[in-house]
Amino acid sequence: MSPVTSVSRREFLRIVPAAGAGLVLGVRLSAAMNATGPRGRPSALFAPNAFLQVDARGDVTIWASKSEMGQGVRTSLPMIVAEELDADWSRVRVEQAWADPRFGDLDTGGSSSVRTRYEPMRRAGAAARAMLVTAAAQTWGADRSACRTERGAVVHAPTGRRIRYGDLVEKAAALPVPQDAPLKDPKSFRIVGKSLPRTDTPSKVDGSAVYGIDVKVPGMLYAAVARSPVFGGKAKPFDANSAKTSPGVRAVVPISTGVAVVADSTWNALKGRDALRVDWDEGDGAAESSETLRAQFETLSQQPGKIVRDDGDAAAALEKAAKRLEAIYELPFQAHATMEPQNATASWQKDRCEVWAPVQTPSWALADIARAAGLPPGAVRLNITLLGGGFGRRINPDYAVEAVEISKAVTAPVKTVWSRADDLQHDFYRPASFHRIQAGLDVKGRIASWHHRLVSTSIKAYHEPTASDPEEDEIGGARDLPYAVPNVRVEYAAAKSIVPRGWWRSVESSFNAFVVESFLDELAAAAHRDPLALRKELLSGGRTIAYPGQTFVQDTTRLKAVVDLAATRGGWGKPLAKGRARGIAAHFSYLTYCAQVAEVSIGKDGALRVHRVVCAVDCGRAIHPGIIAAQMEGGIVFGLSAALKSGITIEKGRVKQANFDEYEVLRIDEMPEVEVHIVPSDQPPTGVGEPGVPVIAPAVCNAIFAATGKRVRRLPVRVEDLVATS
Amino acid sequence: MASFTLTVNGKQVTAEADPATPILWFLRDTLGLTGTKFGCGASLCGACTIHLDGQAIRSCVTPISDAAGKAITTIEGLSADRGHPLQKAWIAEDVPQCGYCQSGMIMTAAALIAVKPKPTDDDIDAALGGHICRCGTYQRIRRAVRRAATGGPR
Repeated sequence: MSPVTSVSRREFLRIVPAAGAGLVLGVRLSAAMNATGPRGRPSALFAPNAFLQVDARGDVTIWASKSEMGQGVRTSLPMIVAEELDADWSRVRVEQAWADPRFGDLDTGGSSSVRTRYEPMRRAGAAARAMLVTAAAQTWGADRSACRTERGAVVHAPTGRRIRYGDLVEKAAALPVPQDAPLKDPKSFRIVGKSLPRTDTPSKVDGSAVYGIDVKVPGMLYAAVARSPVFGGKAKPFDANSAKTSPGVRAVVPISTGVAVVADSTWNALKGRDALRVDWDEGDGAAESSETLRAQFETLSQQPGKIVRDDGDAAAALEKAAKRLEAIYELPFQAHATMEPQNATASWQKDRCEVWAPVQTPSWALADIARAAGLPPGAVRLNITLLGGGFGRRINPDYAVEAVEISKAVTAPVKTVWSRADDLQHDFYRPASFHRIQAGLDVKGRIASWHHRLVSTSIKAYHEPTASDPEEDEIGGARDLPYAVPNVRVEYAAAKSIVPRGWWRSVESSFNAFVVESFLDELAAAAHRDPLALRKELLSGGRTIAYPGQTFVQDTTRLKAVVDLAATRGGWGKPLAKGRARGIAAHFSYLTYCAQVAEVSIGKDGALRVHRVVCAVDCGRAIHPGIIAAQMEGGIVFGLSAALKSGITIEKGRVKQANFDEYEVLRIDEMPEVEVHIVPSDQPPTGVGEPGVPVIAPAVCNAIFAATGKRVRRLPVRVEDLVATS
Repeated sequence: MASFTLTVNGKQVTAEADPATPILWFLRDTLGLTGTKFGCGASLCGACTIHLDGQAIRSCVTPISDAAGKAITTIEGLSADRGHPLQKAWIAEDVPQCGYCQSGMIMTAAALIAVKPKPTDDDIDAALGGHICRCGTYQRIRRAVRRAATGGPR
């Protein structure tokens, strides 16, 4: 049990000066809770911690201590607290925590919010409930054990007396915080497990929701930044007057990422930036293109890489195989393209700095903001707004740092707004990757050897060029191949690139699941096996796959169960309308098991249509089934965009795509019917934000193969790959 | 700079602006009506959709001069109390995820059902095909538009 500490009344009143009398609890947890937290954070972490407040009216305030980017944490996390508090949900109000150590680890990524906060949030609610029960028992002079709670009140069972929580807060606030307050039996849950209306929905249908880009501060100016089109380029000496004569422009200031044009409105800032004449020293980056990168990939894939898994002797088994297969799979860089372009508002003063920004990683943002502001972190107030999409882009806080630099330079509050071209051309991209994969079948058609050589532009190597483990965020889903193959070798090599890389919804699973699940389908075809039957066979036997340094495992029984469920609900093997075919794929990521069956058709002209997707997911206990379904639907759309539509290409060191006409994503007229089935479970809850993404590309491409006999080995799918006679 | 008189959500306002200024920025920066969103600046994503004399238009590429003497409705003016059938349907179907694109989606859908109270799925796809939701709420959007059109789930 982790130590639980109370917060003094004085401290509480300082946190929420208008709240009046109330009960506030802080729950501090051991560092071990971070073991499976989001990746890519600086090493200094806040200890996780959460707050709730009950006031004298009985109104409950719960601080959401993760960033809301659409994944529902302003609903799911408060539900967990409210459940154990036995609160009246209709009296619960949710507030966003700001970046402060008192709220603990606010960083939001790695599909970690619910899975890392489930127990702590329960304990926070349970401790508060126990204190309210004690306060009621003292009030009545009754035995504590004769009291129970019921929807925002304590009830004395023998007499039926009842006191509302609001009437107990004065007394409860004076009590010590229990160390081991009993948790509810999940069987008695009445909030957790229900698809309650999301707390943020009303504000998102009437225009009142405030995203970063909507922040307005008195006296605020607006800025747009000219950045080197070539990655790594630097501004040459420039003529500031070229922009200063543009209407409304107030200042032109060099900053670390380029040249900022500051004006009296967003439009004037964007126009002033267009008017700015600046030449760039492009540096070495201009020599890179998608073609040079591909050549480098090709070369690296011919050489041995760093061995990250080595079971048996894959080379010898391949040599002895009755049938050998080799394939190359390729996936491009991808942009996040959050619908809300990057932006931040900063108000710098010489002794303090306040920032409003849509960030996923407040700890990283706070550290970088403080550095840019030239102030200690304690002098920075970082307010976390709603995020108009995150998908991993907002782990990197570069745009917030820009706003601080500009505000400091002009000594006025400034909002920096990126255009769509800025966003698509200055992202931290999903790595491009190249896979040479070989397998051997024995005389009975069994897979005897599996050799996966993976080359990518490593995320780790971008952030830490001298890191000895560039494979850290590249090999998940490849190294942990769950299928029973006796001889497995997985190798990794990092390619050099000027292109910035970052964490993109489902990270490396987004490419490795495509390669593994597609190649397995190739092997099924080569062995004349049904792809479903082969998967089930190779997942049987109840094995577990371990993860270095982690306490969780991948359980092949659970993966097999979602494969079975998706196949059953997806009608695997049942007749289909003429011209349609099904494909199946499965993947374990973020501790969650997901399988999907996709149903496609291809017209004579190569026009691909995905008609239906049946998704089965085992994410442990379902906290909010509606949000889980929404995350699977959204993950499938995100994955379909990358499978069928989008890709970032590099020419002369710069990104070619500038807007949604060139970086195309899925639209409503291409939306398949999606059906989500959640496996009932008493296991701890696991991630849901990302696990839906990696499965869809292989499910669709396996269906394409079933329909046409054409194997898609590079994404996005191109029409010529569907009609060519290869 | 020039002066334009127009109506925004039922109120007459005067804009002192460069005639080429997109309506989007006048609404957001000058009037503080931030429910209308900036997404692409090129009429490619639909996040900035408003009604100009009842027609759904892209405010990011429509100059303020085009609004002179006309009436604009933004998401804030669609209803006083989230009472528009689409807003009610959007809540009932729990459509939004991040929510950023939803104002534009609702404004286009409102213009659609104003002229076609019982749209087919093809009508819905055609009307909203110019919009992007990166969170992938399309299936729920279809359901919500149908719900608003039929007065119940479908």
